[in-house]
Amino acid sequence: MEFTLFILAIPLAVFLVAGLAGSRMKPRAAGVMGTVGIGIAAVLSYTAAFFYFFKIGNGKTDGAFADVVPFSVEWLRFTDKVHIDLGILIDPISVMMLVVITTVSLMVHIYSLGYMEGERGFQRYYAFLSLFSFSMLGLVVATNIFQMYIFWELVGVSSYLLIGFYYTKPQAVAASKKAFIVTRFADLGFLVGILILSFYTGTFDFGALTADNALLVVNTTAGASFLGLSVATWAMALIFMGGAGKSAMFPLHIWLPDAMEGPTPVSALIHAATMVVAGVYLVARLFTVYVFAAPDVLVMIGYVGAFTALFAAIIAITQTDIKRVLAFSTISQIAYMMVALGVSGFGGHGGLGYMASMFHLFTHAFFKALLFLGAGSVIHTVHSNEMSAMGGLRRYMPVTHITFLIACLAIAGIPPFSGFFSKDEILAAAFHHDKVLFAALWIIAGLTAFYMFRLYFNIFWGKKRHYEHTPHESPKIMLFPLLLLALLSCVTGAIPFSNFISGDNIPFDTHIEWGVAASGIAIAVVGILAASSLYRKGDSHAVRHLINSLGNFYQATLHKFYLDEVWMFITKSIVFKCVSTPIAWFDKHVVDGAMNRLGRGTQQLSSAIKGFQSGDVQFYAWVFIAGALIVTALALVM
Amino acid sequence: MEHYLILSSIMFFTGIYGFITRKNMLAVLISIELILNSVEINFSVFNRYLYPEGMEGMIFSLFGIAISAAETAVAIAIIINIYRNLKDINVRRINKMKN
Repeated sequence: MEFTLFILAIPLAVFLVAGLAGSRMKPRAAGVMGTVGIGIAAVLSYTAAFFYFFKIGNGKTDGAFADVVPFSVEWLRFTDKVHIDLGILIDPISVMMLVVITTVSLMVHIYSLGYMEGERGFQRYYAFLSLFSFSMLGLVVATNIFQMYIFWELVGVSSYLLIGFYYTKPQAVAASKKAFIVTRFADLGFLVGILILSFYTGTFDFGALTADNALLVVNTTAGASFLGLSVATWAMALIFMGGAGKSAMFPLHIWLPDAMEGPTPVSALIHAATMVVAGVYLVARLFTVYVFAAPDVLVMIGYVGAFTALFAAIIAITQTDIKRVLAFSTISQIAYMMVALGVSGFGGHGGLGYMASMFHLFTHAFFKALLFLGAGSVIHTVHSNEMSAMGGLRRYMPVTHITFLIACLAIAGIPPFSGFFSKDEILAAAFHHDKVLFAALWIIAGLTAFYMFRLYFNIFWGKKRHYEHTPHESPKIMLFPLLLLALLSCVTGAIPFSNFISGDNIPFDTHIEWGVAASGIAIAVVGILAASSLYRKGDSHAVRHLINSLGNFYQATLHKFYLDEVWMFITKSIVFKCVSTPIAWFDKHVVDGAMNRLGRGTQQLSSAIKGFQSGDVQFYAWVFIAGALIVTALALVM
Repeated sequence: MEHYLILSSIMFFTGIYGFITRKNMLAVLISIELILNSVEINFSVFNRYLYPEGMEGMIFSLFGIAISAAETAVAIAIIINIYRNLKDINVRRINKMKN
């Protein structure tokens, strides 16, 4: 399995070449180089997945998939026990993530050849894409939590660079800064969590942390508590905070909608399919520790996820920018995965939620990337993000229309598309664990279907419009990824996921629970029919009537519940005014003041005594003798 | 013995006084010689009266005389050089090195 090292090395090499020598290359050459590079990485990932799942993974006697570490070097050594390694960890979820990342990344690379054609900084774009792919792949194969943290930050940087790709646009710059600062703030919690955890356990290694049902964590943190909560709870909650920042959980979700300022393929890759699920992946990676050492945090994750999912779904209904609708739908779906982890137990059928979460992550990556790329195709033609500029496009863009419809059906959870299977597992897991969460998820499933089809009908149906330029179908190079992802959205649901991935790595069998599934399908159909009746015909009176009757609630939703304003208020009025300003005053007047006064005092003292050094030898002699006399006199007196 | 010590004290303080107050470098040099000579008298006197069996004080005096002769030669050479360069041997005005 040593070849897995190349999965990381190739994107890094492409980044270095395109980043350093990009300005001397033809744009097309840089693009093709990046695409071929990630293509090779994708093939290697599929090979790794095949070998792992069907050849060597089933090595243990109890049928569990064993961890494989084909490569590991010691990077920083603190003591004999505490050292930071860099390596590659191959286990079911990391292999699954490798497949997801390289596939979506390859699709986005191909798509961008058409979408970004003629843009300024084309080579830079591909360099950043490769950097992102490298960092994300490094994150998922990390053997220890510190390596994960390093790549976690690298991912944040590449996300920042790509959101701010159009750096001449002030909104893009503001959005990139916002994304970076919000996620950095969350990563502070992550780092503190890592430090607490490693302080008690004396290791960073995932294998050591999760071995024997997280025995090490349970033993070393036993008895230690802080503010009434156990240390393990604190550490795991803080680590979750980092995950919540990257995965845009309430209230740290505010950066994700703004991140849509970046190029649309980037939104598809980073802010829908791969990077934003890093938080889910983090919780899944440390799932054993969560279950056995900090089960209360897991409950919190479930409720935070459910609230975020509901909240984002409601906002998504009123947004008019199509990319923002998709952004809120992403938040909602990621929160779905978090809930699934929150309601999961460990091992066997009780661990259904864990499997469902990873399954949904897998299917969601494909259909959400498809939605974004489809939206990109529409934006490419219409030159606007606003729904009001679209309508009736199904006649002009048949391929985009069909693929988008498939993705909408998948995310709404209509069989036989992939979203149905993964969503059904999540609903089933919630149903058996917590009825309140199940009810919330069930409503969200309906809302999801409603807002997705509102989007669909507004773009492709609605009233006929007169366009200044007749809309045209996108070039073939952009349609190919759409078709392939549509195919994946149709078939990935059929994968028997529980045979490969489970909390304890022991495969188990699942079957569709038709009671839960039927209720899920029913509410999705209701959502679709509601959207159809309201939006299919275009600007209807019913919609306006509904908006008027909702009044303030509609306005609040349109403004995303004023969460941005609340954060602005907290940072500007509370943090800046009450904390930063006094600190700045203290720094200016006390710290700087003390130093300035010391300097000025020294200067005054020296100008006062510099008269002594007159160059007059006889004066020196006089002083010398006077001193000698005084010393003599003192000696005599004593 | 007291008379010798009184004499050397007078010589010593005369030297100090001259060293501090004279402006002429040659006068300052002479004052330094007075100080040195008073010290040498002290060496000889203490040797003669307190430790008559030893000769260290006497030898030290001779040694001092030789050193002061050499020192005077060097000092006068410096003074002559200063005079050639600056046309002045007033101590108070020889302050070119200060800046």
